[in-house]
Amino acid sequence: MSRVRAALTPYALIFPGGVWLAIFFVVPTVVMLSLSLQSGNVADGFVFTWNWQSYVDGLTNYHDQIIRSLAYGLAATLIQIVIGFPVAYWIAFKGGRHKSVYLFLLLLPFLVSFVLRTISWQFLLSDNGMLLGPLKDLGLLPHDFRVLATPYAVIGGLAYNFLPFMVLPMYVALERIDPRVLEAANDLYANKFQTFIRVVFPLSLPGVFAGVLMTFVPATSDYVNASVLGGTNTTMIGNVIQNQYLVTQDYPTASALSFTLMALLLIGIFAYAKALGTEDVLEVAAR
Amino acid sequence: MRLFRGRWLQLYTWLVIAWLIVPIAVMILFGFNDTKGRYNTTFQGFTLKWYGKLFEIGDLTTALVNSLLIAVLTMLIAGVLGSLIGLALGRYRFRGSGTMNIVMFAAISCAEIVMGASLLSLFVTLAVPLGFWTIVISHVMFSISFVAITVRARVMTLDASLEEAARDLGAGTWTTFRLVTLPMIFPGVMAGSMLAFALSIDDFVITNFNSGGTVTFPLWIWGSTRVGIPPQVNVMGTLIFAAGLLIALGNALMARRRR
Repeated sequence: MSRVRAALTPYALIFPGGVWLAIFFVVPTVVMLSLSLQSGNVADGFVFTWNWQSYVDGLTNYHDQIIRSLAYGLAATLIQIVIGFPVAYWIAFKGGRHKSVYLFLLLLPFLVSFVLRTISWQFLLSDNGMLLGPLKDLGLLPHDFRVLATPYAVIGGLAYNFLPFMVLPMYVALERIDPRVLEAANDLYANKFQTFIRVVFPLSLPGVFAGVLMTFVPATSDYVNASVLGGTNTTMIGNVIQNQYLVTQDYPTASALSFTLMALLLIGIFAYAKALGTEDVLEVAAR
Repeated sequence: MRLFRGRWLQLYTWLVIAWLIVPIAVMILFGFNDTKGRYNTTFQGFTLKWYGKLFEIGDLTTALVNSLLIAVLTMLIAGVLGSLIGLALGRYRFRGSGTMNIVMFAAISCAEIVMGASLLSLFVTLAVPLGFWTIVISHVMFSISFVAITVRARVMTLDASLEEAARDLGAGTWTTFRLVTLPMIFPGVMAGSMLAFALSIDDFVITNFNSGGTVTFPLWIWGSTRVGIPPQVNVMGTLIFAAGLLIALGNALMARRRR
């Protein structure tokens, strides 16, 4: 009796949370797929009709936004690697006793609401604001110069908002490197540059991988930065999905676009894992 | 290698940290701005008056209260459900644990907008009225996995033989759990629940999809971007920031003392 009970214990433990995730995470994905194949309108209701037209319409009308989102997401991710890697490297190898202080400082932005942080940038970068105003008054910048409503502002905002998600996994991977491995490289006559290229960098790749996973997905699917910092020419697919769901309420098109975005991100993640030679995506990501 | 000389990298690290902190500093500063008009855009002198008039905008106060209530409910519900999953995954080997891990990984790495959109699809299809409770449902949904992995990490570092010892000494299942297991995993449960609170109070995207007419703090700010953000928002942001800072520092101090 007690053995049966012991075998059932883990199932009893995961039951309530598992049911919650099944009903409100797994099932909705299926419902969204079904909704994307329905036709109709808000007033008369929707019927399932294998209506693939939503996908055709979505892709023909919004391929610009989809490509732009992928490009912005990629650009922001690359900028984060370039900006973040030296920081992770320095904290991991030179941070000394104060490592946790530096990590804490990197995480400070998360104590302020994401929307509020982005609005703070909008305020800082505004055409005659705190940063550009004085430069324009001094004649260092032309009067019609602007950062807001350009792709630079949106990509910069994306890179800013998700940077800690990139630095932390890279730090964890770098911090884990055994100093004796570096000594061994030195003993075998590798100079510092060779040590970095052939030892440190390859060992940091799992961290970079996890970082890319944690930043590319939210950056590509974001619509807050494009709304607050961007203009009409920087609309991303997230803006379209949000607008279709919440304003025009064209649910089939909206869910078709949302499903397309999900599929693209999944394909991207797996292709990336393959290219990197990672056997098991889950295993790396779980670390 | 010259490029990686310590000093330059240290300076660089501080510059990046400064970049991360600049918008927060601006937010805090403009909570002290003695602005005359309705636009809080140029600094016109130091004042504490907005701290006194913190709750003068009724809708904003309601939004903040909603956010706090939802965060507390999320913390409690996701804290319990997530901890149970974390305990099961960290302690037992069982069929289906792989599926659970994959679902959690998917929930953590899924784009927020896709999660928000699919949950809204479900609510629309079933004609569930949107509002306070659909927000709570969505926040618990995306927080559970984060709590579970936090607790799982804690459980895996613990020695299962302590629980066996308790049972050998005649403690029943419930007594063992209450007196041995729970105290051991409690730091993990606390950390996971606090993470759930933080994720909930800051969430915008998923809330935006499933809120109906209910307004939370981030949604209120989002709604007033076009007309200008009143200084009260800066003050509330500053107070939330300060509370988070105090909790984090208190945690760090306690961890140091324990060592």
